[in-house]
Amino acid sequence: MRASAGSLRTVLAPVILGVVALALWQLLVVAFDIKPFIVPGPLAIGTEFGDNISSVVAGALVTGGNALVGLVIGGVVGILFAVLAALARVVDELTAGLVAALAVVPIVALAPVLYTMFGAGAETARQLVAALAVFIPVYINTLRGLRQVRPVHRDLMHVYAASAWQTTRTVTVPGALPFIFTGLRIASSLAVISALIAEYFGGPVGGLGKSITSAASSSNYNLAWAYVLGAIIVGLVFYCVTLAIETFATRHYKPRT
Amino acid sequence: MSEASTTAAVQVTGVDKVFTAKRKPSVTALDSIDLTVAPGEFVSLIGPSGCGKSTLLRLIADLDTPSAGTLTVFGKTARQARIDQEYGIAFQQSGLLPWRTVAANIELPLELHGVNSAGRKKRSAELLALVGLGDFAESYPDQLSGGMQQRVAIARALAESPRLLLMDEPFGALDEMTRERMQTELVRITGETGAAVVFVTHSIPEAVFLSNRVVVMSPRPGRIRDILSITLPGTADRDEHLREDEAFFENVSRVRELLHGEAPVGIKPTAARGVENR
Repeated sequence: MRASAGSLRTVLAPVILGVVALALWQLLVVAFDIKPFIVPGPLAIGTEFGDNISSVVAGALVTGGNALVGLVIGGVVGILFAVLAALARVVDELTAGLVAALAVVPIVALAPVLYTMFGAGAETARQLVAALAVFIPVYINTLRGLRQVRPVHRDLMHVYAASAWQTTRTVTVPGALPFIFTGLRIASSLAVISALIAEYFGGPVGGLGKSITSAASSSNYNLAWAYVLGAIIVGLVFYCVTLAIETFATRHYKPRT
Repeated sequence: MSEASTTAAVQVTGVDKVFTAKRKPSVTALDSIDLTVAPGEFVSLIGPSGCGKSTLLRLIADLDTPSAGTLTVFGKTARQARIDQEYGIAFQQSGLLPWRTVAANIELPLELHGVNSAGRKKRSAELLALVGLGDFAESYPDQLSGGMQQRVAIARALAESPRLLLMDEPFGALDEMTRERMQTELVRITGETGAAVVFVTHSIPEAVFLSNRVVVMSPRPGRIRDILSITLPGTADRDEHLREDEAFFENVSRVRELLHGEAPVGIKPTAARGVENR
């Protein structure tokens, strides 16, 4: 009973704060007669969001789809490369410089170049930008996790005369799971941001990023903000879903046995 | 296989172990160790920290290699014995994989060595019954107490019916009451399986209660000070009542005197020898 009251409070407190902030925002916009091109009120944004819900959802599906493809590709490649690097030191040494270089590249800056590579009519460039942004945190976190094998587990696998592949499959990779998920959780937000920003630089219309820029350039500020709200929701969904999967997959990891 | 019953479970002859590290004096962890463990015999290694008892166990398990001397397990080299899975092992930490169920943890060695699923299931059910955890097959390690986790680790060590069990302070992290119950369980289990045991501990009553022989070691460098035969009934007949027995206390005193009483045997006034030990 007490626990549920406590969790109710942890949910209720931020909700109340949010409602109060929105009310204050609306009050300020009305009181000072702030023009929509500076910032529209939450009611106006909400109304516009409701009126254009189908196009917001369609845009969210395009942008979210690109982010998801990028997350899956970048995640799988990142994990595979990390496993290879953990197994063979050569791979690690060969790729260390490349990964460091890739980590400092503002990946979205590649978008215009990729559009000319893959054609401006395809979503490929955006998915690649998202995948590249995802690869780095997943690779780095996974590799760190793979290096955290506990000595007692290493001894045990040696005693069982297990092959390198058996050790990787049964101990190293499952043991790295919390690290892999941390990487994926950071990457999930990056995937959405990258897919969205990449749309600013060209490519086909339909996504949320393109919708934001075109609404803003036609002075339809309320609509632009409605699309921004859509983008926020897509980012939240990505984060919450990866967090939920992480919590479920690592539910038995806490105490060290 | 038939001649194996006559060869010693463990034969250690003139084994030295020196750890060398850069820019540090080398450390003699073990110095001319001789020890024979007969099949089915329970032998405890006891001594203060730094006497090399865990190191000796790790050499037998081929987790480390001796610097000099020979070491055989059932007549094979330690390496070959490890590859042939001649022994089971349990550490102070249970070392269970937290993402696997209790049954899947016990089945791990069987899985790695290609036993089929039906065979694995049957064996893990038998072992869970043996260690008294029949109802916990589908539990996860984080749902068990420390004593229960250690029982799972022992069941895992027994999975492939080894004739030799190596145990490195398996009850070291448990509270006293759990510890005594686990000792009684271990006496029963080894009685049922007939396996030889090399058991590292720093508890005198534990060593006396469990063992046929107690190997008392002294530190810096690690040496065997003496080997004591325990004058108690056969290990299969030992139970809780034995802890109150006069003969039990006599044996405890004998081990204690050897550990603390006399002047150290091994120490020579040579400054050149590294004094730091693990």
